[in-house]
Amino acid sequence: MDSIIKVNNVFKSYWRNNLEIPVLSDLSLVVNEGEFLALMGPSGSGKTTLLNLIAGIDRPTQGEIIVAGTDIAKLNESSLAKWRAEHVGFVFQFYNLIPVLTAYENVELPLLLTKLSKAERRKHVETALSIVGLSDRMNHYPGQLSGGQEQRVAIARAIVTDPTILVADEPTGDLDKKSAAEILTLMERLNKEFKKTIVMVTHDPHAAEKASRQLHLEKGELVGV
Amino acid sequence: MKILKLIIKNAFRHKLRTILTMLGITVAIIAFGLLRTVVTIWDSSVDATMANRLITRQAISFIFPLPVSYQEKIKNIDGVSNVTYATWFQGVYKDKNNFFTRIAVDPETFFDVYSEFIIDKEQLENFKKQRNSCVIGSDIAKQYKLKIGDQMTLEGDIYPGKWDFIVAGIYEGKNNNTDKTQMIFHFPYVNERIKVESPIRANEVGWFIVQIKDPNKSAQISAQIDELFKNSSAETKTETEKVFAQNFVASSGAIISAMNVMSFAIIGVIMLVVANTMIMSARERTREYAILKTLGFSAKHLFLLILGESLVISFVGGGIGISLIFPIVKGFEQAMPKGFFPFFFVEPITIVWAVISILIVGLIAAIFPIQKALSTKIVDGFRFVG
Repeated sequence: MDSIIKVNNVFKSYWRNNLEIPVLSDLSLVVNEGEFLALMGPSGSGKTTLLNLIAGIDRPTQGEIIVAGTDIAKLNESSLAKWRAEHVGFVFQFYNLIPVLTAYENVELPLLLTKLSKAERRKHVETALSIVGLSDRMNHYPGQLSGGQEQRVAIARAIVTDPTILVADEPTGDLDKKSAAEILTLMERLNKEFKKTIVMVTHDPHAAEKASRQLHLEKGELVGV
Repeated sequence: MKILKLIIKNAFRHKLRTILTMLGITVAIIAFGLLRTVVTIWDSSVDATMANRLITRQAISFIFPLPVSYQEKIKNIDGVSNVTYATWFQGVYKDKNNFFTRIAVDPETFFDVYSEFIIDKEQLENFKKQRNSCVIGSDIAKQYKLKIGDQMTLEGDIYPGKWDFIVAGIYEGKNNNTDKTQMIFHFPYVNERIKVESPIRANEVGWFIVQIKDPNKSAQISAQIDELFKNSSAETKTETEKVFAQNFVASSGAIISAMNVMSFAIIGVIMLVVANTMIMSARERTREYAILKTLGFSAKHLFLLILGESLVISFVGGGIGISLIFPIVKGFEQAMPKGFFPFFFVEPITIVWAVISILIVGLIAAIFPIQKALSTKIVDGFRFVG
């Protein structure tokens, strides 16, 4: 199986009040195409930071991150934004839908950056919403949906552009058990049925069990690889 | 869905706040339009002057009269094509609040010199023939529902007594800025009675209007006129009609300058209000901007989103303001006594200034929120708690 993500000797640190706080130290990781990887670890272990680096929404202090053949650490801001639009689908813990847009319009958002026609966009949005089982809620606003439904809309938004990788930061962290189970089943389906490469950060061991591989981070280092 | 739809949805996310901000802009633009209208109308009285006309007045002050006999002497100066005169009559028509210009003139020459007063040939002839007749501007005729043949009675103050005039003609203006609020009648008719009632004031007029053949010789001819009456009991001061009007306007210069400054100060205040609204909106949406960046929206997209929202708020509020300026100015014009301003309408330049002001308000109000949204890192945006 080909590798789709290569994290090579990455260091990441933040500065707070002139004090350098190391988060990731000399971290290396390979994720294969079609893999469902769960990143686990205690709070402050650096798992979200690693996810943000892989998704190209943060930059490493040192090292290289190669996703789908591109060293994203070397891209400038506008190239990185374009790269994210083409290659990454992001699912957040708190859904992060735009409240003034309907489910349909939220899912359509990433497609506005493409050259697709209105009819083509409609087709893509309807497909994505049918995959997550929300075809009948497309004209609802986020405030009119349950937490589980909101997260499914967020997943539809993440997959609508058919991205290379899907990254999810605690996707079930804000949901009840039933909704969490639905979301995990959906992600499992995306991985198995649609061959999506997924990197998921989670605290929940039950959620991690759905992944094909689990990695643990502690103090910025992978343990028990 | 396009970006524009998102801009409009964002603009009306907090309906009350947006509507109040728009209302503020609307009121500011109306106030701006009204003040600018007064300022431009005031200035346009200078623009309405003619380059080939000189005004000769008493050297000491405009309020002192000149002998009517000067007319013939001025006429003989080389380069002068015509000379007429006028004198301020004032008086009261029905009510002292009915203010409009009332002047006694030379009926034979006045309308030749003031070619911008358009009057029917037959009406002019009747005016010249009938000593107690008058010609009125069409605005006066309209306001007081006067027609040819009607009688107008003035209660004199500078020239005491009751004065009856018959309307012989109604003039129109050649240009937009031609004063159509004047009442013009025969000086010889007034003078005849003054000779009997107050002989010492007889044969004296307020000022001469000198028409010259070549406007380039205005300085030379002015000097010649003043030289002619030097060391006389009534020395003269001659200047171009434009300079005369400018000096007249300058007497109200401080008020006009204050109005000018105030009109732009209002725009400055509303700019701060819109900027405040935009800063609050952008701050509340820090997390959403991070989401959009994550989805691949670039700095250019965020720039357009924020600027677009600021411009939508400014132009909707400002547009309503501009559309209301016209009926409000019209209302003011009807409510004001005729003649207070010779004409009162919205000049195109006022609308141009209003649109420019709205654009500047929209642009400047967006600067800080754009700078903030673009400089905030995605990860910091997600951590933001508004």
